[in-house]
Amino acid sequence: MSQPARIPLRDEFKSRAHDALGDAQLRRNFRGAMDSLMEKRAAAFSDADERERLRTLGNHIRARALSRLPDLLEQLESNLTANGVQVHWAETTEQANRIVLDIAERRQARQVIKGKSMVSEEMDMNHVLADHGIECLESDMGEYIIQLDHEKPSHIIMPAIHKNADQVARLFERELGEPYTRDVNELIQTGRRILRQKFFDADIGVSGVNFAVAETGTLVLVENEGNGRMSTTVPKVHIAVTGIEKVVAHLRDVVPLLSLLTRSALGQPITTYINMISRPRQAGERDGPEEVHLVLLDNGRSQAFADGELRQTLNCIRCGACMNHCPVYTRVGGHTYGEVYPGPIGAIITPHLVGLDKVPDHPSASSLCGACGEVCPVRIPIPSLLRRLREENVSRPDPGHAVMRGQGSKYSALESTVWKLWRTLYTRPLLYRLFRFFATRLRALTPSRLGPWTEHRGAPKPAARSLHELARKHLEQPR
Amino acid sequence: MSAKARILDKLRHSLAGTEPLPDDFDETLVTQPWRYPPEQRIARLRELMEAVRTEIHLTSQTQWPDLLATLLDEKQLTRLLIAPETDHGRQLSEHWQRRSDAPALHAYDRPVEEWKHELFHDTPASLTGTVGAIAATGSLILCPDRHEPRLMSLVPPVHFALLRASTIHDNLYEAQRALNWRAGMPTNALLISGPSKTADIEQVLAYGAHGPKDLVVLILEDA
Repeated sequence: MSQPARIPLRDEFKSRAHDALGDAQLRRNFRGAMDSLMEKRAAAFSDADERERLRTLGNHIRARALSRLPDLLEQLESNLTANGVQVHWAETTEQANRIVLDIAERRQARQVIKGKSMVSEEMDMNHVLADHGIECLESDMGEYIIQLDHEKPSHIIMPAIHKNADQVARLFERELGEPYTRDVNELIQTGRRILRQKFFDADIGVSGVNFAVAETGTLVLVENEGNGRMSTTVPKVHIAVTGIEKVVAHLRDVVPLLSLLTRSALGQPITTYINMISRPRQAGERDGPEEVHLVLLDNGRSQAFADGELRQTLNCIRCGACMNHCPVYTRVGGHTYGEVYPGPIGAIITPHLVGLDKVPDHPSASSLCGACGEVCPVRIPIPSLLRRLREENVSRPDPGHAVMRGQGSKYSALESTVWKLWRTLYTRPLLYRLFRFFATRLRALTPSRLGPWTEHRGAPKPAARSLHELARKHLEQPR
Repeated sequence: MSAKARILDKLRHSLAGTEPLPDDFDETLVTQPWRYPPEQRIARLRELMEAVRTEIHLTSQTQWPDLLATLLDEKQLTRLLIAPETDHGRQLSEHWQRRSDAPALHAYDRPVEEWKHELFHDTPASLTGTVGAIAATGSLILCPDRHEPRLMSLVPPVHFALLRASTIHDNLYEAQRALNWRAGMPTNALLISGPSKTADIEQVLAYGAHGPKDLVVLILEDA
């Protein structure tokens, strides 16, 4: 595949949501998949007490790692370096891409094969490498399918979940010249055949990281397909890209997190492969990459880290359970969010990556039903973080004390004044009684259009007499 | 200032005045629910691995080479990749030399670059050892090394694995401790819990995504 075309997404969350809600096929695809994922998770956690205690442990492990994050990152780097792995740091996605490009140029690489990595999606690595004449191919079956269709992942674990077998079959027919078949096994075998050759040919393999263990200098990768093992073993160079928050202190910390991750994501006791990489190919070894690199990317994470409450966003182990259980995500699908991470976790992490003003509707794309917080394996209080981001959306930063990039983009002087007025009225009894008197007597003057509220509802109108007045009158009546 | 210094600076600034949270790791949570009486370990491993289409055979230290020959014959596999410098590799070659009908053995005895094409296109099956297994999750533990390289358990479509019953651990936590990984991890350590699979299309489970389509475990009971 040469340079894939970039399909621009429609610019507004609301307009995309409107389109998605009208797409019956898309809604069936998501509904079916999310229902099944929810059932599988529930079955995998059959003991509620064990589940809740494990979630608490998971939360404590992640919070403890974050409470020592800079020290752990340095420990990770020094152990990886001692193991022969080269560690790179990047504040921005541009820097991270530069690091990857430099390695590719030094190795004169023409083909890159990618295991699944959401951080490489943040970097838009496929397009950046393509712009430099390097083919960067996805090898996770779902990622391969959507790359073939020039799309973005619609789910962090199941990237092509918005498509059904018929749509994949038509895609393979069109793009690969394969005979049409709806047989999922045959479709997967087609992918296997094509990608095997790509693993064979690739100069560089790129992967993400699920957990980076500081005490041993180990990268832990979790997968079912084997494409992660292929990408990190066959090519002569392996580049792992990950966010700075993925580090854990001890090897044993991985045990409960792994159990939480695979059970929450897919309802599996474990995935087919847990791949623990600590070194490049050693003298005398007959395969494995000659060079292993780890790129540690910040990209806004240190902004979330700076605030004690928002820091909890970085507990995330990317299981996707929050989106599987989200009534909004299930209906509008992943592409509506228009960014790398969709669903509830996307709504709370994306503002740090791209700026809150770029995704002002994300924190509001929630009914605050609480399901996401209830299923989160590391107990991120997603609903309260959503509320917090709604506040940041409408509050202008104090000079020199901005909490986050792009905050206050929904600030409105009128709205702010209305709330101030409301507060004054409701804290001063005399003013309140006066207001009540006129609001009831002059009820005919109530505006009939009140912004978005009256798009689908009638305007509220005060009653002719307040409850207070009616009660007093009632009490004053002779019995 | 480097990117590293700036990132660490920001993080340290944000943590100023705070204390690291205490380590309250509760190992009972990852051990107690996942313990099995010794006689049930094989049954548990078997149940979980068979649920994800792994083929499991119980055999012994002396009988497995003949069983393997039978299985290869049944599956119409005429070539088997082995690691000749391992104990099991030696045992198999010696045993099969005495049989005239045994399938051809091929050795992973040189760097992959020298025979990559043959490995990818003309190696239908492989045999590797394991360093143990985990009953709780139904997982084999492999630590590929210079004798038994990483791709042996990944590229051939059928992977045979030898497992000594005495090396089956209850859970990952206890396996990590028994193997003393904390003191030093192998170059590559793997947990393998079935043949390669995917559910990326319509959540339909399909085996043989990128790795082996079939995983066959021979459990040696007399160990």
